Amino acid sequence: MEIVYVYVKKRSEFGKQCNFSDRQAELNIDIPPNPELAEQFVERNPVDKGIQCSTSMSEHEANTERFEMETRGINHVEGGWPKDVNPLELEQTIRFRKKVEKDENYINTIMQLGSIMEHCIKQNNAIDIYQEYFDDEDAVEVTEEAPSAKTINVFRDPQEIKRSATHLSWHPDGNRKLAVAYSCLNFQRAPEGMSHESYIWDLENPNKPEIVLKPSSPLVTLEYNPKDSHVLLGGCYNGQLACWDTRKGSLVAELSTIEFSHRDPVYGSIWLQSKTGTECFSASTDGQVMWWDIRKMSEPTEVVILDITRKEQLESALGAISLEFESTLPTKFMVGTEQGIVISCNRKAKTSAEKIVCTFSGHHGPIYALQRNPFYPKNFLTVGDWTARIWSEDSRESSIMWTKYHMAYLTDGAWSPVRPAVFFTTKMDGTLDIWDFVFKQCEPALSLKVCDEALFCLRVQDNGCFIACGSQLGTTTLLEVSNGLCTLQRNEKNTASSIFERETRREKILEARHREMRLKEKGKVEGKEDDQREEEPILTLEELVTKAEEEFFDIIFTELKKKEVEAMKKSKPDLKADEEVEGEDQGEEEAAHVETPT
Amino acid sequence: MELLDRLEMAEVEETLKRLQSQKRVQVIMVVNTEGIPIKSTMDNPTTTQYANLMHNFILKAWSTVREIDPQNDLTFLQIRSKKNEIMIAPDKNYFLIVIQDPTE
Repeated sequence: MEIVYVYVKKRSEFGKQCNFSDRQAELNIDIPPNPELAEQFVERNPVDKGIQCSTSMSEHEANTERFEMETRGINHVEGGWPKDVNPLELEQTIRFRKKVEKDENYINTIMQLGSIMEHCIKQNNAIDIYQEYFDDEDAVEVTEEAPSAKTINVFRDPQEIKRSATHLSWHPDGNRKLAVAYSCLNFQRAPEGMSHESYIWDLENPNKPEIVLKPSSPLVTLEYNPKDSHVLLGGCYNGQLACWDTRKGSLVAELSTIEFSHRDPVYGSIWLQSKTGTECFSASTDGQVMWWDIRKMSEPTEVVILDITRKEQLESALGAISLEFESTLPTKFMVGTEQGIVISCNRKAKTSAEKIVCTFSGHHGPIYALQRNPFYPKNFLTVGDWTARIWSEDSRESSIMWTKYHMAYLTDGAWSPVRPAVFFTTKMDGTLDIWDFVFKQCEPALSLKVCDEALFCLRVQDNGCFIACGSQLGTTTLLEVSNGLCTLQRNEKNTASSIFERETRREKILEARHREMRLKEKGKVEGKEDDQREEEPILTLEELVTKAEEEFFDIIFTELKKKEVEAMKKSKPDLKADEEVEGEDQGEEEAAHVETPT
Repeated sequence: MELLDRLEMAEVEETLKRLQSQKRVQVIMVVNTEGIPIKSTMDNPTTTQYANLMHNFILKAWSTVREIDPQNDLTFLQIRSKKNEIMIAPDKNYFLIVIQDPTE
């Protein structure tokens, strides 16, 4: 309904002067309430009204009077002179001063004050009372708190059929996201209907994964590309390599062809440092290490067979369970095998046989984790069977440091990226151990039970504070460690490097000793063989004794006979006969005496 | 009388000279309660400035001490700054001001 009021003015009155006048109010429109309209409305019962239980406060604004400020300077003018003295006239002032100086009071005061003043001046000269002690030493940051870690968040596998979390990777920028690979590692025991999906979780939201990745076969490993945070590389259970771009969606962007991929699950996949940022390599228990370029996934660019006899026989190749690559040493990489041997390889070698540089053996079972120390790349950590071992590249026969044999199998390990002496390990009984070997060497600095089932994988964030560990039932736990474990301690680098050097030296000495002993034994064995060839009739002890007796008696008898012959010769001249006979008798007596002891 | 006065004056002179001869002492000044410099080893304008400024400061410090505890009294005042140290020995009638280079 339109309400209109029309203003009317005669044409002739246009332009006329306006005369304003008062008049009463006029009612133009009166709209009475229409009860029929009420039918269109329903009474609301109950009414939701939000109230706040707090003290009601009111806000008022007030304007104060302006406070005026002014800056002024003071000009010091001599003053205080008594009335009769004119400060400008030098004579008068001097006279005044002289008068004061003669005043007895003045003299006494000055003497008194002088002595006090002298004391203070001398004190000042003797020692600086405001000296800062201990200025050079920095404030000692003693972290008295015991090492501790607390769980921040838990990400559970939303699927009903639980799979184990086999690999974790942090988002390269800002570490706000975590990519988790889920698969079932028990051989052929993956239950029917198990989902192949893997997830990328946002740390703030543990209820629902942020991005879902859908491969054709469950993923065993998953890695973010450190150069391009949208690209992920996944190693599948069936041996293929898959590549995702999170901007494109959850389906695989690139997939390697089955014929040229691995024959066993891909246990290790790492991105390489290259200008294009598209190169990666992978390792599997089929004994091969393959290099790929994700732009062309149909074929690997290079294949190396892990045969330590250097004959490149696939049958005798060792299966790889873990892979290590440090971008500061781009030509070298290391492979941890199922047989407990670490193989160090050189990528740039000309022939495939030369690629394998050396091996380190020491574990009794598969080496599940292999990582170089981020501060001292010559030393690396291996985790396998029931121990964790630290090796030095110089010492090939044994590890330089190792933990005691635990009750449960160790499944994964990693160094802390901020402290050279700290590393983490996970075990099959669900515990996470934090080791700090400048603090304690025989047992972990902190041992935490994260969950009841086994922990399979572990990843430390780049700032060293957050650790994510994945368990058998797919639960990923995010932990935060206490400050003491993620800040570099004073002198820690030096201490850690000196520990490494000392242990390496000790191992070298032991190695040298072993070698010597082995050489000696070899020498002994060879020597014994020679001797035995001469003494063909091997004599027993009794025979030896009788033989010795016979020889002895022979010698005696020959001597006696000689003496008798001599006696006979000399008995002719009578002068010497008695002496001779005496000599003879003595000789015979001696011979008789000699016989009896045998 | 004059002899005694002279002797005493000489003593005063000696005392002040002794203070001046101490290590690192730069300036010695004697100021009365009205702010008039009686004796000074510095030039006049600077002395005047110091005398005026110190005067106010000393009175303030003295009154502060007395206000906190009426039984208390100001015995010595030291102002240590980056470049020097100003030491003031106050008395009822006169102030002895010494400026020294701080030991560093």
